[in-house]
Amino acid sequence: MNALEIDALTVSYGDIRAVKGISFDVRDGEIFTLIGANGAGKSSTLRAISQLLRHGGGVRFRGRELRGLAPEKVVALGLAHVPEGRGIFGNLTVMENLRLGAWIRTDPVGVADDFEKVFVIFPRLRERRDQAAGTLSGGEQQMLALGRALMSRASLLLLDEPSMGLAPKLVGEIYDVLRKINESGVTILLVEQNANIALRLAHRAAVLETGSITLAGNSADVLANPRVREAYLGA
Amino acid sequence: MASYLAQQTINALQLGSIYALIALGYSMVYGVLVMINFAHGDLFMLGAFACLLLATLLPVHLPLVVILLVVMIVIGAVGALIERIAYRPLRNAPRVSAIITALGCGLVIENTTLSISPYPHFMPELFHSTTIAWAGLTITTLQILIIGVSLALMIGLDLLVTRTPFGMAMRAISFDSRTVPLMGIPVNTLISRTFFLGAGLGGAAGVLYSLAYPQVSAGMGVLIGWKAFIAAVIGGIGSIRGAVLGGFILGAVEVMAVAFLPSTYRDLISYSLLLVILIFKPYGLLGQPPNQKV
Repeated sequence: MNALEIDALTVSYGDIRAVKGISFDVRDGEIFTLIGANGAGKSSTLRAISQLLRHGGGVRFRGRELRGLAPEKVVALGLAHVPEGRGIFGNLTVMENLRLGAWIRTDPVGVADDFEKVFVIFPRLRERRDQAAGTLSGGEQQMLALGRALMSRASLLLLDEPSMGLAPKLVGEIYDVLRKINESGVTILLVEQNANIALRLAHRAAVLETGSITLAGNSADVLANPRVREAYLGA
Repeated sequence: MASYLAQQTINALQLGSIYALIALGYSMVYGVLVMINFAHGDLFMLGAFACLLLATLLPVHLPLVVILLVVMIVIGAVGALIERIAYRPLRNAPRVSAIITALGCGLVIENTTLSISPYPHFMPELFHSTTIAWAGLTITTLQILIIGVSLALMIGLDLLVTRTPFGMAMRAISFDSRTVPLMGIPVNTLISRTFFLGAGLGGAAGVLYSLAYPQVSAGMGVLIGWKAFIAAVIGGIGSIRGAVLGGFILGAVEVMAVAFLPSTYRDLISYSLLLVILIFKPYGLLGQPPNQKV
């Protein structure tokens, strides 16, 4: 069963085509990573999937075509997008950010439960719950962005460079959490420039180069590919 | 002298609370759209006219509180309608297009009103005011009503913005409107509601103002609108509490200027105050520099 089916997806900015008709599937329960250099079209792909960008081609989420849907409607179907740069609301408190993540929820008891779950995963957010989110460190902001996405009880997470700007030790911590989130049953589509760590976490992967997929397969095979090793892993 | 000052303080609170109510509308709209709704002063004027119509055309005598609520809802709806038909299509257009459109909307409202009603109207007495003398001061029950209603509306709005999910979403939009849809929040619906609230408060100000200064005319929104805009900028446009602070500061400065200086200096002093504050606090007293995105 596929959680997400991308079929000949295109994204254009004026005359410039940033994503040139890519196709891939994300299977239910897996971590799929899209790796590539800066400007390869990774963020555009995620933004098209969550309908923040107009696009050509098909995006089917659990059998339902998303194309043409308003982005706020997509969230209610169970798809949460953590954007590049984390997108936390710096003028709101940590708690208020989490509450907005639960905007679509109608079960107050379940929401209260999930606050607790997020605080168990990220104890530092509990300590800072009444602090303005803008005063958090980069790592804490990434935790908040993930926690906020979890508050929607999404079954598919789109993550745009969760390692960006973080010290290696923090990247490791965040990735440990991603593994746990996935093991709890959440499917993840991960976009990364940091190919090494992403390929070690993901089950399957695709390499995006100037808007086209040039290689796809099991992460271990992609990681072992000599061209990938040379271009993305510096080996 | 002390009692004269205290007396003027009461007058300043009355004027300041009206400025503050209107300034809130400018600030709320700026907060979510980063645009100045230059038609807002004319919504204040429409509020006074709506009050006049309800008070004079209906065969029944409506209680003031009903008039106030009806005016707020009607003017709120007009504000939301203007956003829908005039501003929303320009959401992604250059900033200057939206500004010119807002100025145009103001002119259309003002001149349409002027063509229907070229002469000023006198507002009938909707509230029988009595004077209370206390410790050498005189305060009218109308002044208490105006200040009380304004404060109640401001406190209500503050609670809405700081305590409710709607308020959180509104603040989130003012920080980063592009990320808000990713929470499942319908941004357009929230912007509509923000316009409704801001315009509704402007309509309420129109009612309260015409109780205190019972003359209603098509041009009344222009100068008051500009003054309230100054109040919003002094307080820090985009800031709710700043708008209230700016309104009361401007009210106090104007009343005190007239109390102690020739009254013709009043507008000179209020505009000078704006300039001086902006030199030292470019974002206003409680304003924040625009959000720097990573």
